Amino acid sequence: MAEQILLKSLEVPGLAGFDIYRKLGGYASVEKALKNFTPDEVTAEVKKSGLRGRGGAGFPTGMKWGFIDKSTDYPRYFVCNFDESEPGTFKDRHIGQLNPHQLIEGMILGSYALGARTSYIYIRGELFYVLKIIEKAIAEAYSNGFLGENILGSGYSLDLYCHPGAGAYICGEETALIESLEGKRGNPRIKPPFPAIVGLYDCPTVVNNVETIAVLPWIINHGADAYAAIGIGNSKGTKLISACGHINKPGIYEIELGLPVEEFIYSEKYCGGIRNGNKLKAVVAGGSSVPILPADLILKTAKGEPRLMSYESLAEGDFETGTMLGSGGFIVMDETTCMVKNLLTFARFYHHESCGQCSPCREGTGWIEKILQRIENGQGTMKDIDLLVSISKHIEGNTICPLGDAAAWPVASAVRHFRQEFEDHVKLQRCPLSK
Amino acid sequence: MSLVKVTIDEIEVEVEAGTTILNAARKIGGNVVPPAMCYYSKLEGSGGKCRTCLVKVAQGSAKDPRPMPKLVPSCRTVVQNGMVVQNITSPEVMEARKAITEFLLINHPLDCPVCDQAGECSLQDLSYAHGLADTQTIEERRTFAPIDIGDKIKLHMNRCILCYRCVMVADQLTDQRVHGVLGRGDHCEISTYITKAVDNDFSGNMIDVCPVGALTDKTFRFKSRVWFTKPFDAHRDCPKCSGKVVLWMKGEEILRVTGRKDKYGELEVFICNDCRFEHKEDKDWEVEGPRKIERHSVIGQNHYEK
Ligand SMILES: Cc1cc2nc3c(=O)[nH]c(=O)nc-3n(C[C@H](O)[C@H](O)[C@H](O)COP(=O)(O)O)c2cc1C
Ligand code: SF4
Ligand code: SF4
Ligand code: FES
Repeated sequence: MAEQILLKSLEVPGLAGFDIYRKLGGYASVEKALKNFTPDEVTAEVKKSGLRGRGGAGFPTGMKWGFIDKSTDYPRYFVCNFDESEPGTFKDRHIGQLNPHQLIEGMILGSYALGARTSYIYIRGELFYVLKIIEKAIAEAYSNGFLGENILGSGYSLDLYCHPGAGAYICGEETALIESLEGKRGNPRIKPPFPAIVGLYDCPTVVNNVETIAVLPWIINHGADAYAAIGIGNSKGTKLISACGHINKPGIYEIELGLPVEEFIYSEKYCGGIRNGNKLKAVVAGGSSVPILPADLILKTAKGEPRLMSYESLAEGDFETGTMLGSGGFIVMDETTCMVKNLLTFARFYHHESCGQCSPCREGTGWIEKILQRIENGQGTMKDIDLLVSISKHIEGNTICPLGDAAAWPVASAVRHFRQEFEDHVKLQRCPLSK
Repeated sequence: MSLVKVTIDEIEVEVEAGTTILNAARKIGGNVVPPAMCYYSKLEGSGGKCRTCLVKVAQGSAKDPRPMPKLVPSCRTVVQNGMVVQNITSPEVMEARKAITEFLLINHPLDCPVCDQAGECSLQDLSYAHGLADTQTIEERRTFAPIDIGDKIKLHMNRCILCYRCVMVADQLTDQRVHGVLGRGDHCEISTYITKAVDNDFSGNMIDVCPVGALTDKTFRFKSRVWFTKPFDAHRDCPKCSGKVVLWMKGEEILRVTGRKDKYGELEVFICNDCRFEHKEDKDWEVEGPRKIERHSVIGQNHYEK
């Protein structure tokens, strides 16, 4: 396996406890950064590493930090997005549960770089047991002098809190997360202004994903160049992929970005091929929100080049023939899977999770679900298929937050690549795959 | 204040820096003004939700002429010097508006014949202008039973478009907010806090800001279709508010009292519940004269214009 940054020591018993973590070299990056680096130097290092946000959008992390205006007296906040709720994505939980100190260590680095005195880990409500683990780890970090007043005698002080949400996918959208953290209803804010300007309590704020934050210690310990040496093109480093579906070995894998998709699916090192020797039918490569691709297009781009696990390669061909790396939720479907039913499952999710603020998403997601239900039940018409496409087109780009797009893309792509299957449902008046 | 120049549908207008596209368009007036179902100039933070006011920014500014990648809500997008905006001249905008209108209607009960708001309803206006003649939905609509929120206000949640205006009225005008939005997505409902009723001096303004018939005046319910009543500007000496209202009369009878709305359906000033609900006698008011209503739906046809 490639360089293991995030999963390396996860099997070590007791890793969640401070002592074992420390023995394995934990918190060394905090010592190094507080002693040798100014906050701006930490930011510069992260910029140089080429690290991109692992929450889904892949925005360059150092650049995001650079948007923070440090010249004012306003408090600044660093927030960890631990709302992980995208269907197919279950990587952050793994880190939080097994290696909470790595996340805390990253939180200290990020907070120091931004000059934040108070930072938050916003965790999804259902992960209450992980909250308990993180809270215990935070208490240990306090008692060992890595959190609180005057950390390691450096003069830098930081308070860190772990705050549970009530279990809403939408609270993973960073401005909804901020609203929720402020104690309000988790409605996404209308942007601009972006959180870097007006964020938590109206102060400059950076929100980063758990995985993004958890790699920071490695970058500081080993240097930006070592990190940038891993990966391919503008996709630097490693990425956690949570693989699920009809594969022989579902689980969480750390891959070097640039790994061929074919190798990821079929090699024994990773997914171990399709269950029962079945044929691969389709893959959702980056969590339920990204466009679904049929087997031929996920293994090779439209140009016939091998498709790689990287931001660029997965996006090759745009949405016509490509998709996105997204959050790394890799859902594999074999020939027994009904594309309509799968889409219906996704549609039900987005309908259920829409916050209801803006009309296209509030009304459109429910409408899509109902039409899909009809088609799956064998009561659909050919017109319904076109209607699905037109509804998704009218949601896309017209909403307050990207949840609307996330609901629309899977619909548009499923019909684009599997139209025949939708039509078969209509013609046969039942699901052609159900016996 | 510095002035900036912006072009909307090929008409140039000069506005103060910081003005939104919608308000710049209102300065021009006429049919380049995008419809606004959730924005309300008197309510802080309103707008951005209904998406009926989406427009295309073909040129961002004189300095950075790149177009904006998506349609933007004109009520929440600030103009830049040299910005070029397309509203009714953009087929893309018109298509989106048609789609938004359809979205707003798929769960709407279309019970105009028994709705007190009919005739002065922003959703009716929007549907006349941008609605489809036919429906593409055969799905069941989501339904709620009507409830009383307070003894003077009726809530028909089925008709609500979730513009959040009433929540903002309660938040910004009254000292204790007792209602808000419960639930998510199309299950959202406006509701009071457990058993609390909406009860304070200015709560009645919720009725006036509601663009549809979701919040109606119980003291006027089913008394008359609004187009059979005649609006008169009137005032009284009120210790709580300006006392400047519109009386809706049928013959000699005052059937309803509301605030004074401008041509965009926004109140000029908020009025108190005393004026609205408790003063329906001739002797209570100093009548100023007939009120001209400038709206394009049926209420505008009330013959006070030449
Ligand atoms: C509906 C929705 C849900 C999201 N959920 C998450 C989430 O659970 N975790 C996450 O890290 N980012 C999530 N995001 C992305 C965040 O808004 C934000 O971009 C991210 O936290 C930034 O972190 P990064 O730069 O480290 O990727 C979500 C976005 C949307 C629109
Ligand atoms: S797109 Fe959906 S989730 Fe996002 S703000 Fe609008 S209604 Fe809420
Ligand atoms: S009840 Fe009326 S004012 Fe309140 S959110 Fe619904 S439509 Fe808007
Ligand atoms: S008026 Fe602009 S989005 Fe509703």
